[in-house]
Amino acid sequence: MSDHSFELKGSLFPLSVLYCQDLSAAAVKTQLQQKLAQAPAFFYRAPVVINVESATQAPDFEAIAEVFKELELVLVGVCGASAELKKAAQAAGLAALQLSKSKTPAKETKEPETKTEAVVAAAVMETKVVEQNIRSGQQIYAKGADLVIRGTVGAGAEVIADGNIHIYGTLRGKAIAGAAGDNQKRVFCHKLEAELISIAGSYWLSDSLQGEYWGKSACIGLQDDKLVLADLL
Amino acid sequence: MAKIIVVTSGKGGVGKTTSSAAIGTGIAMRGFKTVIIDFDIGLRNLDLIMGCERRVVYDFVNVINGEANLKQAMIKDKRIDTLFILPASQTRDKDALSKEGVERILNELAQEFDYIICDSPAGIESGAMMALYFADEAVVVTNPEVSSVRDSDRILGMLSSKSRRAEQGLPGIKEHLLLTRYNPERVVKGEMLSVEDVGEILAIKLLGVIPESQAVLNASNSGQPVILDQDSDAGQAYLDTVARLLGEEVPFRFLNVEKKGLLKRIFGG
Repeated sequence: MSDHSFELKGSLFPLSVLYCQDLSAAAVKTQLQQKLAQAPAFFYRAPVVINVESATQAPDFEAIAEVFKELELVLVGVCGASAELKKAAQAAGLAALQLSKSKTPAKETKEPETKTEAVVAAAVMETKVVEQNIRSGQQIYAKGADLVIRGTVGAGAEVIADGNIHIYGTLRGKAIAGAAGDNQKRVFCHKLEAELISIAGSYWLSDSLQGEYWGKSACIGLQDDKLVLADLL
Repeated sequence: MAKIIVVTSGKGGVGKTTSSAAIGTGIAMRGFKTVIIDFDIGLRNLDLIMGCERRVVYDFVNVINGEANLKQAMIKDKRIDTLFILPASQTRDKDALSKEGVERILNELAQEFDYIICDSPAGIESGAMMALYFADEAVVVTNPEVSSVRDSDRILGMLSSKSRRAEQGLPGIKEHLLLTRYNPERVVKGEMLSVEDVGEILAIKLLGVIPESQAVLNASNSGQPVILDQDSDAGQAYLDTVARLLGEEVPFRFLNVEKKGLLKRIFGG
């Protein structure tokens, strides 16, 4: 019997990778401060990897780690390191990560420009597009994706998505958005005549949807566990 | 190559067999060689509507099972030379039809005929699926009331997902809406859905509107397809429907309440 109370498994996460021509602690700090000023909350305690491909000699990793700590970022490790740099980084308590070749952005050697670029692998949500009417008895499920219906969802039909649902025709059947439990997802439709709308497990029958938006375009979302109907535009 | 047209609805009693008989007869009257197949195994009705019930010897199931050939089972219409009927079995049930058997017979018929009309049974079970599986075009018969519209929507979903064309990724079945038992007076009173209401919900092209008419019942009882009663409103509406099915542009009639003339108002009618 295997022990399920302890497991060590590989997994993929999006990490921000810092590309910086000048890897002195002072230069990194100035450039990072500028970037953080644009969106302080977004980068708070964000895990970052430094790309050291362009470095000719080992940067002062410990000093850089201090800068990260000060700016409330989490320095995870380095990538693109030579064997020598790898050792230096590991000595400073950093992980040496393997960089997948295809993801490396084209290097510009002319200008000493600093870039923080987020290499966000597979973080973009997929979209499933259905180019027809969904008839009574049909069921469409967009797993891990947004769902776009270029047609009408008939009474007795069901459209389900882990993401948002957009219906360019009339919604007469059931629409279930955020099926995986995300309460930020919404349902958008061109004409609201739904039998049922559910977001992240909370649902409303057509009786609760009657009102100023019935038969009109609407956007339906959750706010404090309450259904909120709003204008589409 | 023959064109296979299924007449279907999901709901029962909306006028599938009446429409199959009328449309098949109408196409044959234009000179096309036409066969109407009754897929309603166990509830054989088409032969009654066509007035050939006494001439049924072998049926569709006999042909599938190889107990008779098509020539023996098909009944030639006495009124129109180019019209044939393949009756259903009254003693068997719908499971007697196999996809391979139906395909074989349709292929055989396709070599000889221009149009094959499949009169579907009600429901969404194997019999109805078998009738629509090989279709090129579908006439969806709908009454102007909510349950019929809902069932038609369901069948339209089946047509676009369960047919041979859908499974093989071919261009989809061409769908036509045929609204039957339409009564403009009741529409005005709000007792019946209007053409526009049904059209908006089902979102397919309108092929025809057949007014509710005494002529339909008379025709059924006398074994004459109503399209042959060309003085009746229903007969004329079916003639228009057939013309549209063959690609002609014909204006819609019988959609509005007829104003009664003075004499009619005095003497009734």
